[in-house]
Amino acid sequence: MLLRTDRGFNHHISSEITPLSVYAQRREFLQRMAAAGWLAGSGAALAQSPVTRPGKLAPLNATVSTLAGAQATDTPTPYKNASTYNNFYEFGTDKSDPAENAHTLKTRPWTVEIEGLVKKPGRFNIEDLLKLSAMEDRIYRMRCVEGWSMVIPWVGYSLSGLIKRVEPLGSAKYVEFITLADPKTMPYVGSRILSWPYTEGLRMDEAMNPLTMLSFGMYGEVLPNQNGAPVRLTVPWKYGFKSGKSIVKIRFTENQPTTAWNKAAAHEYGFYSNVNPNVDHPRWSQASERRIGDGGILAKKIKTLMFNGYEAQVGQLYAGMDLTKNF
Amino acid sequence: MPWRRFLLWPHATSLLHGLLSLPFIWLLWALFNDALGANPAEALSRSTGDWTLRFLCLVLAVTPLRHITHTPELIRFRRSLGLATFFYACLHLLCYAWFDQGFELNDIAKDLVKRPFIWLGMLGFVFMLPLALTSSNAAARSLGAKRWRQLHSLVYVLPLFALLHFYWMRAGKNNFAEVWVYACVLGSLLVYRFLRWLQKKFPA
Repeated sequence: MLLRTDRGFNHHISSEITPLSVYAQRREFLQRMAAAGWLAGSGAALAQSPVTRPGKLAPLNATVSTLAGAQATDTPTPYKNASTYNNFYEFGTDKSDPAENAHTLKTRPWTVEIEGLVKKPGRFNIEDLLKLSAMEDRIYRMRCVEGWSMVIPWVGYSLSGLIKRVEPLGSAKYVEFITLADPKTMPYVGSRILSWPYTEGLRMDEAMNPLTMLSFGMYGEVLPNQNGAPVRLTVPWKYGFKSGKSIVKIRFTENQPTTAWNKAAAHEYGFYSNVNPNVDHPRWSQASERRIGDGGILAKKIKTLMFNGYEAQVGQLYAGMDLTKNF
Repeated sequence: MPWRRFLLWPHATSLLHGLLSLPFIWLLWALFNDALGANPAEALSRSTGDWTLRFLCLVLAVTPLRHITHTPELIRFRRSLGLATFFYACLHLLCYAWFDQGFELNDIAKDLVKRPFIWLGMLGFVFMLPLALTSSNAAARSLGAKRWRQLHSLVYVLPLFALLHFYWMRAGKNNFAEVWVYACVLGSLLVYRFLRWLQKKFPA
């Protein structure tokens, strides 16, 4: 459709949107049901971690998150797929490359530097970051800009916890994420595909949204190197590349930071990169997606949801914005 | 020379057919043994495309090799290589229409209009069709040698479509290393023909 009249939102009648407060009650209701023992099978599963640990890496204990939107009901993608099929260009351009090459990544010692427009800049050791806030199990849908998607149980906490701790100044409007670029351990750093280090950015209100997550683990265990160990970002309503891996620096800025893919191809990858079935990539449609690990080769593609299905939680961040222009 | 006798061996073409079907057999095996990774549909689409390109290189290498090595016997294998190229192109198109588009003709039509790399690939396929359809001896006879040869010089535009199609696909990752390899191979095979044509036209 060339002449789009709606502003990127699918709900023409605002009353169709389930209010956040009502939406949030669902979890509370389910938990009460579980506590009362009414939902014998599924309720019990909800009370503890709904995912079995693959037993590959060190466990990372957490409690099930009660945040609205943090428990996708879709079937989680098999760990084997989530840990062997992803993009991490520092380790190669094929989606099987990261799993093969990332064993060289050294995740200890690891520090994350906080700089820019904050009252309390400084360095956090990974050990301190792990203790900064209570670890939560959250299940998010993950939609890659390439047209495939997964459902991944992450372990971590809301990035807002860290942001509040470092007290941003009033002038801080954006948060920039700088990831590791170590040519000694990352064979593709230095290739001309992207400029290194890989950087990403969010608007302050996006970064403060409780769904935006600092992740340290997945499937109840610490992150595999290829998935961005020891700490990465997870922004479930944006295309996957917005969620930077192996973060070493977080910078608070007044101006919109440049981001890696936007620098490489500005007309294809915008700053916002919200999942949006109505705004196609210049070279392919974003209306549907292939769910990895779901029913084999003949499984039909599924429809991509506005904001990857997190419209109730994040839609208001973009009220009044032209999402076709701010793609 | 024994290897030239081997090229004339009646069963050499059957042997070639076996070799040409190996990638297909491997892909089938991998499909049913869960060896195509997390996204088997994508793996099938990509490898059938890769094999189309590889066989296109091979079929276009037949004539230069014949000339350079003075081995006219190689002509026996050109048709099989050409048909193999077409076969893998068909599989490639089938993967796209089936796994990517679920045979929704409407969606395919929309996609064709919208995405240059899709219509370039499709155009390449359209140009292959008459070549495949007139590959039999009978077709060649009824067309007459001259017209058959004219029609089959269409093969020289295929590298252009194939390479642009591949280039556009890889543009997403800014990753052109493989595209350049194929461009060099196909380019030199075409340049060889151009030089030979010049030589004939303007004999020294």
